[in-house]
Amino acid sequence: MTGNDVSPAVEAATVVEAVLADLPRHRGVVVDSPPGAGKSTLVVRAAGHLAATGEPLMIIAQTNEQVDDLIVRLAAEHPDLPIGRLSAADYAVPQRVVDKASVGTKLPDLGDPAVVVATADKWAWIGDRKWPWAIVDEAYQMRSDKLLRIAGLFERALFVGDPGQLDPFSIVDGDRWAGLSWDPLQSAVAVLLRHNPDLPVHRLPVSWRLPASAAPVVSEAFYPYTGFKAGTGPGDRGLSFAAGGMRTAYDVALEEAAASGWALYELPSRHTVRTDAEAVQAVAVLAARLLQRAPVTRSERGEHPVSPDRVAIGAAHRDQVAAIQAAGLPDGVTVDTANRLQGREYDVTIVLHPLSGRRDATAFHLESGRLCVLTSRHRHACVVVARAGIPELLDAHPSSETVRLNVPVKFPDGWEANQAVLAHLAKHRVEAAPLR
Amino acid sequence: MDRLDRLRGPVPPRPHDARAIAALAANPGCARRAVLDAAGIDKDATATHLGFPAPFGQSPFAITRGNVFEALVKESGCAELLRLLRELLGLPIPLAAYTDLGDIGGNPSAHLRHSHTRKLIDRAARDSDDAGTLYDHPLLRLDIAGHSAYLEPDVVTFRLGGRFHIVEIKSFAVVDGQAEPEKVAAAARQAAVYVLALRNLLEELGHDPRRVSHDVVLVCPENFANRPAATLVDVRRELAVLRRQLARMTRVGTIVDALEPELTFDLAPDADGVPTRPVAELRDAVRGVDARYAPDCLSTCDLCFFCRDEAAGGGSTDLLGRQVRDALGGIATVTEALGLADGSLTPGEGQEEIARLLRLADRIYAEVS
Amino acid sequence: MSTLAALARLRAVQTGTARRLATVRHCHLSERPMVFIPLRLAGEAAAPLAAMAGTDPAHPRLLVVPQPRDRDLRFAFTAELAEILLPYVEGLQKATETVERRGAEPYERCVDAPQLIVPNRSAVAFVHMLGRSTRFRRAEGPYAVHPSVPVLGRWLTFLAQRAQYPGSALLLAATEALSLHWATGQSALEDANLASLVSWIDPPPGMSGASAAREAEDPLIWPPAGPATDPGFDTEVLAPAIRAYEETRGERAAARVGEAVRSQLEPTWRLMWRAIGLLGTLPAGPGTAARWEADRASFTNFAAQLAEGGPPQPKRDSAVGAASRLARMERARASYDAQRAYDDPLVMAAYRLTGEAFTGTVLATDPDRTEGEGRGRKLRPLLTVRTGDPVRLAPGTRLGTPERRGQQAEVVEITGEQVTLKIVKGMGRGKAATPGAVPEVGERVCYAALADEFQPPASLPAPEDTPWTHGGPPPEHVPEDEPEEEWS
Repeated sequence: MTGNDVSPAVEAATVVEAVLADLPRHRGVVVDSPPGAGKSTLVVRAAGHLAATGEPLMIIAQTNEQVDDLIVRLAAEHPDLPIGRLSAADYAVPQRVVDKASVGTKLPDLGDPAVVVATADKWAWIGDRKWPWAIVDEAYQMRSDKLLRIAGLFERALFVGDPGQLDPFSIVDGDRWAGLSWDPLQSAVAVLLRHNPDLPVHRLPVSWRLPASAAPVVSEAFYPYTGFKAGTGPGDRGLSFAAGGMRTAYDVALEEAAASGWALYELPSRHTVRTDAEAVQAVAVLAARLLQRAPVTRSERGEHPVSPDRVAIGAAHRDQVAAIQAAGLPDGVTVDTANRLQGREYDVTIVLHPLSGRRDATAFHLESGRLCVLTSRHRHACVVVARAGIPELLDAHPSSETVRLNVPVKFPDGWEANQAVLAHLAKHRVEAAPLR
Repeated sequence: MDRLDRLRGPVPPRPHDARAIAALAANPGCARRAVLDAAGIDKDATATHLGFPAPFGQSPFAITRGNVFEALVKESGCAELLRLLRELLGLPIPLAAYTDLGDIGGNPSAHLRHSHTRKLIDRAARDSDDAGTLYDHPLLRLDIAGHSAYLEPDVVTFRLGGRFHIVEIKSFAVVDGQAEPEKVAAAARQAAVYVLALRNLLEELGHDPRRVSHDVVLVCPENFANRPAATLVDVRRELAVLRRQLARMTRVGTIVDALEPELTFDLAPDADGVPTRPVAELRDAVRGVDARYAPDCLSTCDLCFFCRDEAAGGGSTDLLGRQVRDALGGIATVTEALGLADGSLTPGEGQEEIARLLRLADRIYAEVS
Repeated sequence: MSTLAALARLRAVQTGTARRLATVRHCHLSERPMVFIPLRLAGEAAAPLAAMAGTDPAHPRLLVVPQPRDRDLRFAFTAELAEILLPYVEGLQKATETVERRGAEPYERCVDAPQLIVPNRSAVAFVHMLGRSTRFRRAEGPYAVHPSVPVLGRWLTFLAQRAQYPGSALLLAATEALSLHWATGQSALEDANLASLVSWIDPPPGMSGASAAREAEDPLIWPPAGPATDPGFDTEVLAPAIRAYEETRGERAAARVGEAVRSQLEPTWRLMWRAIGLLGTLPAGPGTAARWEADRASFTNFAAQLAEGGPPQPKRDSAVGAASRLARMERARASYDAQRAYDDPLVMAAYRLTGEAFTGTVLATDPDRTEGEGRGRKLRPLLTVRTGDPVRLAPGTRLGTPERRGQQAEVVEITGEQVTLKIVKGMGRGKAATPGAVPEVGERVCYAALADEFQPPASLPAPEDTPWTHGGPPPEHVPEDEPEEEWS
């Protein structure tokens, strides 16, 4: 770092100030937030800022869990701010939300809080009121038809989200809307910007989650044109093991991940069924071994042991998730698909590579957002489990994608992103030992 | 590269046109195709001689339609095209010169025509006036596995100020803003070949290659009329794929080195060009390089019927498509998969899981059907 | 591709004939379908060359455009097609039934609806294109066409748009309907060839499906089922015939073109009725009637719109129109998938293989178990099922069952081969379970994580209230007619 460089914290704060300054000047403001760049912090900060004007604010999130997370953070940062939560009738108020917000199924149930938070689906049922301000969280994961249902509720809005994650999808073929500026299958932000190309788009420049070992890799592979940096330096984070290992390949992989932030635990090349038993077992054993080794993290937050709830396993398909669960995991370890891991954060992640054991890559496997989610959830280390042969598979991949007129090309290309990540992982390769 | 010449036999290499180059990406995993393409072998003639003629043909109506439409767009020095470019690029193009680079008299060689294109493009790149210039029939060049391929000049280059655009004229219809996605994709892949060739040319001449826009202008008939309409198509993805495939082609040497030294695909044509090579011999030669058949080959490769027959003869699961093959977890033959399903075959190492799944599928299928 | 479908394809390779993928038919089959085989001139988007159409296998109507580049001849073709199709759809509007609705006025619904069967997906796309090229025509003014032409265009558009709804049967592609029920020993790509697909399912005597299918690929034996014609036929037969017509414009020359295209259409005509016959050998699945009812309602609705003189369907959906159509299509998809699985153990089998469904025998029940107190007291019976299927369901997952469609159960616990379920919906308000509501010990049951129920989506803004995020309100309705639209 040269003397002229401002610190990441200052750089990020400058962007946040610019966002807040833009709010009253534009009908909409978009903030692109790469993984762990302080999206929630921005939402909480902007909520406080807007609430301070005395005008009511609606906050739109995509899932109930996201709504609850936001309420917890809002209540912690702004203890005096009255918060309301709209929910479905069968929603069970989780312990962490109790006493932090008034909960109801209709607006009149809530009293008159300064801020009301609900999912987009819930907001779509709430009419009869126009809000001067709205914040739309995870706006890139929101399908534009959802935005259409609720955009009439607010006058101005801040849209926040991560453009590198998975695009919204549908179970039906949406070809008939291809090229339309209001294609309902596009993300809310894509449609918003196509109709309002002059709206300001800010980018949060610093990832506070990803360590210095991961931010450049993820940035180059998935955010090639915008980029971001790590908020911490190479020596600021550490992962170590309080318990000794046995020099098995698992231990070597975990130690490699602890030392460098990454490990590729590579099984012999083979075409397999999706729920490749060897790979599934390797994932499960790695998770168990990790916790047996009593891992401890060191970071700007101090030193902490890694508890099971700080460990996650990610996979592409639901049947893989089910197979990993069935393989026996330490209690408390999260295992889920990329779709459901979006927006979450852990200390250590173990990833079953989407292309492991495949003979041909499909568009699903190559979708860059999937790999981006899987490789950007960790604060300390990420262990990828894969069969050898993925570079050959990519090399032989036929390029036969069709092209629709007037549909903006999406970057990065999944093929290139996969290549970039693999090239990096190759430096941290640990060959699997024969099982048993 | 004389090894490639020997593989081909004493005939000139088949020229790669943009369509052929664009097709390189269709099945890059196929060694057979890579070798035949790199050596410039006439796959259509090879397939025909093997008794498996390619199933492709073009209707005379489609050809006429294409020619008529192109003529219409280029009428009176591309007047119609100029109108479209004005609207599309939103530029006040007062007038544009029209230069036909194919028009140099006589019957010049490709090399000569390419030099002519070079000279005029160089001049155009130095010029910085605001008037537009349309260059029709530029003859571009691209290096494919060490050979220079001259690209068929069915494209217009448009220069305005410092920028060049590739204009591709196609006769498929754009109806209400959309066209058949496969056809647009094919046009985009071809246009990317021209963009790359023109960029290479500018670079060779010492200009900035980025002056060639990655947005190509696609001109098609609009709705059901003959009236042309222009759309910008971003070919950055296609360019990346193309670069990858061209880089692969230079690596085809490793495959070639591993082949039997006396292997050749020479059709041994007689004085009239009729192949005299014994079919059985040619068949063995072609089988000497591994294919990677997939049903998609049926729409992209001249050798498809031969390779399909070969796959069927070997009972390969490739025959049923990539998805089936993937669902079978890499089991290569039908017999093996069915043996695992009915339990008559003991699973080999690494096959236990797919065997369990197939047996379960077999049990449930028998139970409910 | 499920392992089950893959296995069926392998077996087809082994035996040389197609294998069943369904035990019942999942698409409604009309008693009087209309077969429509269009041919298009190569190189054109929607220039009809010829068509064969009709409801009687013995009497196809042949329509020919002896010079497809002639605009007047093309519209003569569409007017003739209208003469065939319009009486068919109008005849079906006459008989109606009264449908009672809770909380709404009863309405009249046609008791039957048209069913157009075309050879393949490309033909469906052609129907769409033909509809687009004719629905904005006008019967008056410059370039006037026969008044039936724009009406035909609207019907074709309606049918093509309805075909995008999963489970709709108003416009069917024969290859898709067959592929839904049979697995062949070739790839899905090759199944798009109707002749080859039918050969796998029903090979001629003394021949294996595999070799019959190969033979069916020869355009000289089996001309393509359209809309694209064989390039060889175009060069050698069609082009000279059209040229001869161009020179004389006489009846004989026109008849020559007619005979040429007849030779291409007749084999497909016979094939189409064979395909319909094959589908007819399967008993209809219970869900087909419900889906056909939705088709009939949609048909009735559209006929009413047309009668009221509404404008032709717009070229593209508006923002609100697109969102609303998407919601309806997604609902149709989810319910079609669930209904097929519940209707057909062979479809359900694929879910059992992936662990999303299971069948088994009831080991124990607690039918009168309740939860809650006082007025909130509800029947929540428990049952334990033993299964040999590889169940992969998390506790709390909601399940449905084909045996008791109104019920829903929740996974409580899975231990080894035993699954414990709690019935959480459809138990009624009684104090004790009604007989038969809870499965008996020893009963075979099936449960699946598939729901055939839907949450109605929240309402959309009125088109004139389209928000600024989606481009604001659309401009006032402008007629989209383009009478000057020149045909090449």
